[in-house]
Amino acid sequence: MGLLFSFFAVISLIVIVYIGVNAANLHYLFGVVIPYAAFLTFIVGVAYRVFKWGRVPVPFRIPTTAGQGKSLPWIKWNKFDNPFTSSGVIIRMALEVFLFRSLFRNTKMELRDGPKLSYGSTKWLWLGGLAFHYTFLIILTRHLRLFFEPVPVVIQIIESLDGFFQVGAPVLYLTNLIFLGAVTYLFLRRVIIPHVRYISLAQDYFPLLLIFGVGLSGVLMRYFMKTDVVGIKELTMGLVTLKPVVPKGINIIFYIHLFLVSALFAYFPMSKLMHMAGVFLSPTRNMANTNRAEMYVNPWNYPVKVHTYEEYENDFREKMKAAGIPVEKE
Amino acid sequence: MANPKPEELANIDYKPPKTGWMDTPTVFKQGIFPYGCKAKSLETLGFPNPRQWSVKDEDWKLPANWQEIFIEGLRERVDKYRSFRLFLDICVRCGACADKCHYFIGGGDPKNMPVVRAELLRSVYRKYCTTSGKVMGKIAGARDLTIDVLKEIWYYAYQCSECRRCSLFCPYGIDTAEITILARELLNLLGLNIDWIAGPAAACWLTGNHLGLQPHTIKDAFDMFRDDIETFTGIRVNPTFNRKGAEILFVIPSGSMFADPGTYTLMGELLLFHELGLDYTWSTFASEGGDFGFFTNNELAKRLHNKIYEEAKRLKVKYIIGGECGHMWRVWHQYHNTWYGPVDFLEEPVSPITGTKFENAKSNKTVHICEFTADLINNGKLNLDKSRNDNLIVTYHDSCNTARGMGILEEPRYIINSVCNNFHEMPENTIREQTFCCGSGSGLNASENMENRLRGGLPRANAVKHVAEKYGVNMLACICAIDRAALPPLMDYWVPGVQVTGVHEMVANALVCKGEKKRTVNLRGEPLPGMEGQ
Repeated sequence: MGLLFSFFAVISLIVIVYIGVNAANLHYLFGVVIPYAAFLTFIVGVAYRVFKWGRVPVPFRIPTTAGQGKSLPWIKWNKFDNPFTSSGVIIRMALEVFLFRSLFRNTKMELRDGPKLSYGSTKWLWLGGLAFHYTFLIILTRHLRLFFEPVPVVIQIIESLDGFFQVGAPVLYLTNLIFLGAVTYLFLRRVIIPHVRYISLAQDYFPLLLIFGVGLSGVLMRYFMKTDVVGIKELTMGLVTLKPVVPKGINIIFYIHLFLVSALFAYFPMSKLMHMAGVFLSPTRNMANTNRAEMYVNPWNYPVKVHTYEEYENDFREKMKAAGIPVEKE
Repeated sequence: MANPKPEELANIDYKPPKTGWMDTPTVFKQGIFPYGCKAKSLETLGFPNPRQWSVKDEDWKLPANWQEIFIEGLRERVDKYRSFRLFLDICVRCGACADKCHYFIGGGDPKNMPVVRAELLRSVYRKYCTTSGKVMGKIAGARDLTIDVLKEIWYYAYQCSECRRCSLFCPYGIDTAEITILARELLNLLGLNIDWIAGPAAACWLTGNHLGLQPHTIKDAFDMFRDDIETFTGIRVNPTFNRKGAEILFVIPSGSMFADPGTYTLMGELLLFHELGLDYTWSTFASEGGDFGFFTNNELAKRLHNKIYEEAKRLKVKYIIGGECGHMWRVWHQYHNTWYGPVDFLEEPVSPITGTKFENAKSNKTVHICEFTADLINNGKLNLDKSRNDNLIVTYHDSCNTARGMGILEEPRYIINSVCNNFHEMPENTIREQTFCCGSGSGLNASENMENRLRGGLPRANAVKHVAEKYGVNMLACICAIDRAALPPLMDYWVPGVQVTGVHEMVANALVCKGEKKRTVNLRGEPLPGMEGQ
């Protein structure tokens, strides 16, 4: 159900923009108003969500320790998987955010006769995830050429590296291929692996299909359908300089691409895609394991009803005396 | 009820059902769930909605406004715990956690995949706490809190041992223990605890320990241990209780005062401290380091835990040493400083024997006995005859809490390697930070849910079996009281012939004491290697 729903949701988006631009001539709406609104939603939404998380206190220091802790000086401790200092935490977080450290640990369990359980290393999800996120980042960075005039050298270098193999005209970007491949992989594993399908919801399929749509429309636009590159740049420069213009004659595929991107931006803050920001706030990862060395304060700590020693002794005084255990009141 | 045979139990079907989890009703299976709590326990603790109820009954006798209570409780807690809100919000359902849970591995129930276990509650959160869930309902993964949903949440909240193995593999560090801890808090608002947790917690409230041992009973038990130690070693140890002015307060899980093989660990500690001439005291009031309140709610955890520092203060000790225990150390390490700090009435711990400062414990003033002993050995303060443990071929089980909640990995290994000659590690994906739960943690070591415990313990047992077959391992060492209670039946079931020991039992067996008689037996009264005829 989630899969079909998501599929038709993405199709509907395409139909909407197609009709909107081609039949209803709403070029300004789809070229200017919606992109602005989506971008605004993204910025405000993400800030709001992060603010909302940030407002919630972290009552306890609960790092998941993933290696030897710092204890006696002669015991070698694991500085990054079980950090004791802020710099250790920063490195742990960097490993997590840039290299997906935890996912790198992934194993696959197998049960054979005997019974015999084994846990083999499996890196596919890690690799697929890494490929997906990094190519997405590079593609996004490449797109900055649309918002600068002249195009900064850094972006030109990225483009030339990305098109290193000089295949085709226009030059084929390696990242485009890897990106579509990675999205396809992430999608297929959801559909094919029974357990992953079992846990997948519409909100898991939808962003994947939407992102696939973004990628595919981008690729179609670049390699297969003639698009007015100058006109597009005029439009994007207009957006970024806040002097929006809608040049005539831009192919519908551009509007489809732009609308799907807008949908992704607008959807982002209300979805699981917020893991991008959330990972930085995760208390099991971003806290140092200094629990016994430094006191951690819970902002809502409150006094609780306790059973005092006095009450205890009152309950058991005679028995304690008989057993020769010292008491406060004879 | 008899448990199925191991070969039947190991015949696990991992195929998820065709229907989605939301559309697959949960059937309560005998042997999987623990019994519900008794009214008396809740009354003792001053908890809401005490009543006689049974899990198996259709009617759980809930208060009329139970939905309101649950949902209000949920809303309150997502505003108090960032972990909780964040973990409910950011899961992408990548599935990396799925085959990391020992209950899933041993049982195949797809709702025991950590991600689904969390989704059970997450779906309710979506419905009542998020706009998309309110508006879009099921398609947004949201569902109404019906009585069946509540029962389902209960059923799986008591099939999670809060071991945090999933959190190690989660790319965002989502910790199912946090979800389970708070799910149990919510269930406790409705009086839906289990007997095996509420009973010990109530006993702990009244007597200071989970077993309900009264002061004179504790003294009697120790007298027996003293007699045994004297018989086996010729040494008469003289522990003190509730003694003011002692340098150190020593606190252990009460389970070690009561049942084998934990009692041997306790005897080992008695002998070691005696040999050192340590100025320490036991307490009949702080007679429990563990905290079943932690398996109930944060407030009760804090209430029960109070006695440790209160007693340290009253007895005017300098600092505290804690014995071998798992969740006790999770609580001591990650919580009690926050609950009771600043602990300025105690001193920064320094070993009186070696002069070593325990810098890592300078704020909360509690030292783990393995840190204490490893330091002794490293400084050459113990005269150890490893050959006395030559009959043992040892492997070591990291308890979840000390591994993933502290990172005490090397200390026990160093000690074991110092006191015995034959030590073999289990496969690397089953030890250290990747260690598997014994299957009975977080208050699930009841007897009525034995099938689930055996299933949950399969990954651990199977790794032991591997080294038993490969190296002839016959002794499973651990530093956790629940392990010492739960692993023996687990071994008997899956790997017959392997016994269980605490680390300090082996220390004491190897320890050459001043004035000891010729040692011919170990602390269990069994012949030492080479002494079989004597």
